[in-house]
Amino acid sequence: MISPIYLDNNATSAVAPEVLEAMLPYLKEFYGNASSMHTFGGQLGAAIRKARESVAAIIGAEPAEIIFTSCGTESDNTAIMSAIEINPQKKHIITTRVEHPAVYNFCKHLARKGFRITFLPVDNAGRLSMDAFYKALDDDTAIVSIMYANNETGVIFPVEEIGAALKERGILFHTDAVQAVGKVPLNVKKLPVDMLSMSGHKLHAPKGIGVLYVRKGTRFYPYIIGGHQENGRRAGTENVASIIGLGKACELAADSIETENSCLSKLRDKLEKALLANCPDARVNGDREHRLPNTTNISFEYVEGEAILLRLNEFGICASSGSACTSGALEPSHVLHAMGVPFTALHGSVRFSLSRYNKESEIDRVIETMPSIIKELRLLSPYGRERMAAKVCK
Amino acid sequence: MWEYTKKVRDLFLNPRNVGEIENPDAVGEVGSIICGDALKLTLKIDKDTGRIIDAKFQTFGCASAIASSSALTEMVKGMTLDKALQLSNKDIADFLGGLPEQKMHCSVMGKEALEAAIADFRGEAPVTEPGERVVCKCFEVTEEKLRKVIMENHLTTVEQVTNYTKAGGGCGTCIPDIEAILREIWALKPLPVKPKKPRKLTNLQRIALIQDIIQRDIRPALQADNGDIELIDVEGSRVIVALRAMCIGCRMGGVTIKGIEEKLRELVGDDIVVEAAAE
Repeated sequence: MISPIYLDNNATSAVAPEVLEAMLPYLKEFYGNASSMHTFGGQLGAAIRKARESVAAIIGAEPAEIIFTSCGTESDNTAIMSAIEINPQKKHIITTRVEHPAVYNFCKHLARKGFRITFLPVDNAGRLSMDAFYKALDDDTAIVSIMYANNETGVIFPVEEIGAALKERGILFHTDAVQAVGKVPLNVKKLPVDMLSMSGHKLHAPKGIGVLYVRKGTRFYPYIIGGHQENGRRAGTENVASIIGLGKACELAADSIETENSCLSKLRDKLEKALLANCPDARVNGDREHRLPNTTNISFEYVEGEAILLRLNEFGICASSGSACTSGALEPSHVLHAMGVPFTALHGSVRFSLSRYNKESEIDRVIETMPSIIKELRLLSPYGRERMAAKVCK
Repeated sequence: MWEYTKKVRDLFLNPRNVGEIENPDAVGEVGSIICGDALKLTLKIDKDTGRIIDAKFQTFGCASAIASSSALTEMVKGMTLDKALQLSNKDIADFLGGLPEQKMHCSVMGKEALEAAIADFRGEAPVTEPGERVVCKCFEVTEEKLRKVIMENHLTTVEQVTNYTKAGGGCGTCIPDIEAILREIWALKPLPVKPKKPRKLTNLQRIALIQDIIQRDIRPALQADNGDIELIDVEGSRVIVALRAMCIGCRMGGVTIKGIEEKLRELVGDDIVVEAAAE
């Protein structure tokens, strides 16, 4: 297999070589249990402490506010469950129609258990309706969980404004920042959130490690019950190697976030501009102004996303799609649906998400390849012919 | 990622018979852009022989939809219309070396387009008549189509029905309706009940089971007729009983013994022989 052009970093990212390097000793000689009384295990405590400091630093938190979990989904579930446990009399949860399934489907599950869920709408550009947000708040609201940035479109929500409004009203606020941490500067000292989720494998740490930030003074109830690990807030033997890896990944991200961002957004913009110029009937999904620097979501009308992805795959180009056919589900992306993307464009969406490891030559390769793929698939399609003919006539 | 066969990949990457026949003799259009896949099939038909001379397709959809459409056109070229009508969606899937279960609806779409085209040529009513009951509103699947696909592919679960027709794959509110249709169809043709496998019993289990059956099933029935029975002994597969109360001297005693034997053979083992104890 040829080495891939990997533009699917919102799905998962490559483990950074420095991260792997940092982890290896903890998979080999230092295999102890950090809770043990002997030095062999106990010495791991210091390494975990250091990693916790690095993780805390990237979001401006204190180490004691960091809880290591197994993944972003666990962090999200834990935050919502904690709010329910400590507010047993409150039965209302507010979230959005475009959340990641880790929150979206968890809220649907809670709806079946008798909770009242408000799924806030978004506009055509994927921007949250703040009007609906303010209207939804009531004294029965146990928690508001709203993502920092959307995984499919990269659109960033006004978390600061939301947080401030909730702080005034004394309502718990959780944000799923899985796609944001490491990509955009983020500081919980300025950001009024009570809880925040992040995930290791989106920022070049391995899969299987997540974090829930819980602000000091926020009442918290654990979700995974058992041993005393993580100060009794998350049971289960520490995933030492992955914790060390995440610490290293956060150090790397913190070092490069500013320079990386401008570089990434330049490459992303180049790709986006070229594809829109060279592929007729293409449109960007989502607000282009308030967006992650690495993400673009483009719909190619009259063609279907899975077909595009598999043709791209022939050239070793990795991307993803909101098309129904890619997932085994039959409904296309709930995010694009909530944004009211027209049906002609709903099935033909492709998401490109970059990382610091992408080179300009790779972007050029995609720019070269994509127009002919779209053209060939359009020739197969029974739709959009009149429009294409009209374009030729011009 | 889907595991597509070589044939699917080939027909997706290099589809045969793409396009639209000019002045076609038959046109079949199925699906819609809203549902996520659609196929327009055009045919050239020799009116004297009733043979399909040429077939072309245009498809909006995923790789397996494109490959299924291309496969269909390859298969029907040269076929008589009657022969073509006998093609099933499974034939299309087989031609492709198989499709993932969740993609079987692509082969169904091919078959439907073919039927629609032939109906068009023959001037028959479209396959789906207006006013028919739409079961799945998300994907506009009618009850007639559901029944047809269920019967042809011998589908027994809602999940299979969704894989083959998409019905139930959207909002899910029609799932109870699909269940009802499945129940109705297969209640008409129940699958043969699997014969109970003879269990290997130890002697103790065997005796206990026989005692239990006599106590719970057989005695209450006899007692209802003022009769009774007593289990005297079990020797291997020989069950020795004694008829009591009104059963004594009853002319139907032999029949009763035979009935008990049948019951025990059904529930314990085929080799059971029931004998009346010599008094």
